[in-house]
Amino acid sequence: MGNSGTAIEIRGLRVVRGGKHGVTVIDGMDLDVPSGQVVGLLGPSGSGKTTLMRAIVGVQEVEAGSVEVLGRPAGDPSLRHRVGYVTQSPSVYSDLSVVENLRYFAALLGASEDDVVRSLRDVDLTPLAGRRVGVLSGGERSRVSLAVALLASPDLLVLDEPTVGLDPVLRRDLWNLFRSLSTGGTSLLVSSHVMDEATRCDRLLLLRDGRVLADSTLPDLLERTRTTDVEQAFLALVDSDSDAKDLR
Amino acid sequence: MSLRLTGATAGRVLRQLRNDPRTIGILLVLPCVLIGLIAWMFEGTPVLNSFGPLLVGLFPLVVMFIVTSVATLRERQSGTLERLMTTPTGKADILLGYMVAFGVVAIVQALVLIGFSLWVAGMEVAGELWLVVVVAVLDAILGTALGLAASAIARTEFQAVQLMPVVIFPQLIASGLIMPRAEMPGVLEAVSRVLPLTYGMEALQKLAKGGGFEEVRGAVGVVVLFIVGALVLGAATLRRRTP
Repeated sequence: MGNSGTAIEIRGLRVVRGGKHGVTVIDGMDLDVPSGQVVGLLGPSGSGKTTLMRAIVGVQEVEAGSVEVLGRPAGDPSLRHRVGYVTQSPSVYSDLSVVENLRYFAALLGASEDDVVRSLRDVDLTPLAGRRVGVLSGGERSRVSLAVALLASPDLLVLDEPTVGLDPVLRRDLWNLFRSLSTGGTSLLVSSHVMDEATRCDRLLLLRDGRVLADSTLPDLLERTRTTDVEQAFLALVDSDSDAKDLR
Repeated sequence: MSLRLTGATAGRVLRQLRNDPRTIGILLVLPCVLIGLIAWMFEGTPVLNSFGPLLVGLFPLVVMFIVTSVATLRERQSGTLERLMTTPTGKADILLGYMVAFGVVAIVQALVLIGFSLWVAGMEVAGELWLVVVVAVLDAILGTALGLAASAIARTEFQAVQLMPVVIFPQLIASGLIMPRAEMPGVLEAVSRVLPLTYGMEALQKLAKGGGFEEVRGAVGVVVLFIVGALVLGAATLRRRTP
């Protein structure tokens, strides 16, 4: 709880996606994610954000290294109701209604009907509870998926691009929700490829080609790169990174 | 594994089906239509009485195989399976949940089909009728179990649909439905002995000829073993971690 301690500790992580003839997506990553904060995972598409998140929630086969989540190895049975994971494409049943989806996952997680009502309210879907997920818009579907992750009030929320395709009002509401969850002690790891969402985060992780380019707060990042926004900071880091590679 | 988690998944699968009335219609009506066609084709001959009980076991098996393999593939592709794997649900809970839900469908389907065959198509069963019901339901459950196991191989919908001819047709040809197994070439007969459908068909053939529990219990036992085996195989192919 609070701003002390580590939610995620990664040492020497190496991940090869796609089996035998796969691609090395992450090669030797060390990373500490503090608990009780909103940590933004930023980087272009293909930089390894999803793979890193899959490794953290324990559904990714890992080649080497260790991933510890809330003091346990990632994927440990004791973590299954303490970690909420929202995949990039909404993973809910499109042939069930919103509330049927939530009740099913609530039954699996041991959550109550009150939790179902609260999650629906948190993502602002109460008026659509009886609607079939298949007829909802993309943004509504991804909020159903998010509501499922909120059911068990997890200690760590891993959200893969939760705000994609949402209008500005909803995006603001969701970031406010993330903020209030973190105030309540929840640790959040939120990925995005929209760099301006960085201002909403306590801490930023910039990822490129499976490596951590930066791990700091936004003001520190801007000061270090002598830039005025995250996009410029990212570009500055990429440039100096390639320069460093050329020198080697 | 827990009763509560298995029940939750079974309930969810049934709720999904309930929201899809057209599929329920096809599941219940299609086998009856097929039996009706055969009864019409062979009107006035004893063919329906000797072949009807076999088909009553075969149609549900094929239908349940297709439904299960497609449903499971959908679960894998939509990301919901991955999500389930991050919850406290066990692999056995998911498989058994599917099994229970489709088992309920299989029972209803077999009962409707047998009722139709007896009272509308005029089929007469020389052996014990309740055993025909039991074997037909077991065959349908076998179809579900094989579908669960086979769906692990499929990566796309195209492959999932092709699995039906791949898994079912060879069994059908070797099961003794087309040619008595005793008259088959030795190798083919030996192959038929390791295929589950052979035993389902054998039991139904004996029942059609007037057999009772004593004659079919061996074959029924083998079908049950194949169901368990296919489930274990299905569980082995479900992975919490994927590459």
